[in-house]
Amino acid sequence: MPPSLPARARGSAVIVVFLLLAAVSVVTGALVFVVDSMARATYALACSFVAVALALLTFGLTYLGVITILMMVMEMAIMAVFMIMFMGMNPALMPMDMVHGKRAALAVSVALFALLVVGIVVAPWPGAAGSASTASDIAALGHTLMGSKMLVMMSVSPIMFATIVGGVVLASGRTRYDRFGDDLDHPAQDPTPGGVGR
Amino acid sequence: MTLIPVWWTVATLLVLATLAASAHGALAARTVGASPGVGALLPATETARLLRQERRTLLAADSPLWRIGGAGLALIPLLMAAVVPLGPPAVLDSPIGIVWFNAADVVVWALVWLLGWGANSTYALVGAFRFLATALAYELPLMFALTTPAVAAGSLRVSDVVAAQSGLWYVVWMPVAFAITLLGVVGFSVWGPLSPAAAPDLAGGVLAELSGPDRLLAGAGRYLLLTAGSAFATALFLGGTQGPLLPGWMWMSLKTLVVVLALVAVRGRLVLLRPDRFLEVGWLVLLPLALAQLLVVSLVVAS
Amino acid sequence: MTLQLVLVVAAALFCVGLYGALSQQVVVMVMMGLELMLNGLVLAAAAIWLFLAPRPTGEVLLLVVLAVMTLEMAMGFAVAVLVHRRRGSDMTDMAGDLAG
Repeated sequence: MPPSLPARARGSAVIVVFLLLAAVSVVTGALVFVVDSMARATYALACSFVAVALALLTFGLTYLGVITILMMVMEMAIMAVFMIMFMGMNPALMPMDMVHGKRAALAVSVALFALLVVGIVVAPWPGAAGSASTASDIAALGHTLMGSKMLVMMSVSPIMFATIVGGVVLASGRTRYDRFGDDLDHPAQDPTPGGVGR
Repeated sequence: MTLIPVWWTVATLLVLATLAASAHGALAARTVGASPGVGALLPATETARLLRQERRTLLAADSPLWRIGGAGLALIPLLMAAVVPLGPPAVLDSPIGIVWFNAADVVVWALVWLLGWGANSTYALVGAFRFLATALAYELPLMFALTTPAVAAGSLRVSDVVAAQSGLWYVVWMPVAFAITLLGVVGFSVWGPLSPAAAPDLAGGVLAELSGPDRLLAGAGRYLLLTAGSAFATALFLGGTQGPLLPGWMWMSLKTLVVVLALVAVRGRLVLLRPDRFLEVGWLVLLPLALAQLLVVSLVVAS
Repeated sequence: MTLQLVLVVAAALFCVGLYGALSQQVVVMVMMGLELMLNGLVLAAAAIWLFLAPRPTGEVLLLVVLAVMTLEMAMGFAVAVLVHRRRGSDMTDMAGDLAG
């Protein structure tokens, strides 16, 4: 007995739109590992994300859908830079196939998918637990974030800050000794002077 | 649902963007000593020239991605303007209009990069990377600047922000947020001081290899982005459709036109900002300023 | 539309991502596989939210998943840059000795 749906996700039009978006997201997701070009792979992944985000919009999750588009397009734009940096070649001229253990990976993935599908179909899902009103969803999310779930967001922010610091420390090739000398008493010596007059 | 808001939005954007291009043409003609009247015909002459121009083909160009980049630049401003009430109600009067605008302006990152990548040309690709470096500098301050009016109005819906300014325009007590927003608009339009991605020292950068209809779309897209961004800034900080005597749509169009023309006028008067230098300015100066403005507004709202 | 349908789509995304994460040699491509797996998770979490508990609390979970994706990207790129600088390689196979 499938659970009943909130009103906003009923109707055949929603199903058609969802199936379309689902197809786009899975196909572009698979294209990531099929296409030859790094740029195409990156932006195929971006398409997959945008399709899932639009599916969230059809669910009525407007804020999260738009935020997903915002963050993922930004991430993919930056990811493309790293792709070019690490693989300094034009695969449009030089097709690439850099994989290992292709067959084993394929077998594991297909087996897991079969297992998941069986689990999803067989599992006794509980019925819908009531529905929220669409009108004040976003305000409700804001109240939740700033109220009962404040702690979650408060813990995410220091972790993010630690990530920024950790990322810069790992990725930067120069330490403070390179910048300020062995006794840390020189003025900063940077290959490119900054924009605020240091 | 009536289609009036859709046509209204498209027509307003096209007319204002054409006026902006015309003003730019007149100013540019005056600078080189030609007749400003002839220069003002720039939108018409360029359109006619580019529509007849043959498309240049390049070795190993990634044409689909290249075309997506150019066409997307013309499409995104329409999506941006969809959440702005220009007189009639907004096409998409979304409760998260401001986040929507922000998501649309992030898509410009991808589009400009694709424009530079697709050509398979060194200058264009260098321009694409310059744009991403510039974007990293202006985007975060822009995000916080756009949050500020939302905090003051207590809503992310653009029409609510406009309605909240019936007494006092937000630009009066959020001048820093307004300035940073305009800088962001200039940034995602690859315009003026923030256009090193399309600079002359790169032979036009991301625009270098574009020809024919592709160049027309990308070029028109920049003016449309500038216009849509100005319309959004007008709605958020300059009271949008609010104003005495004249009808709302006229106020909105007039204010937007003033903002666009101001951005066009300052173009030639400012130096080009190098991305490597501007990055530090963005993170060490603009971001703290935007946060301070947000803090001040939050304190005022909370008290 | 049923919960099962959405979950099957999410499982498909997850497994395509898993294939990529297991089979790709280049670090950035492995990360794209991981991102695709998280993409499936986002869809699954949204489906669970929609069908079982349409309350804002569920949306907080989605925001956390998005935050995890960003953190994964940032640290992944930092490590990749470090390995690339030290060894001139961006292949996972050549960093095998990191396993100890």
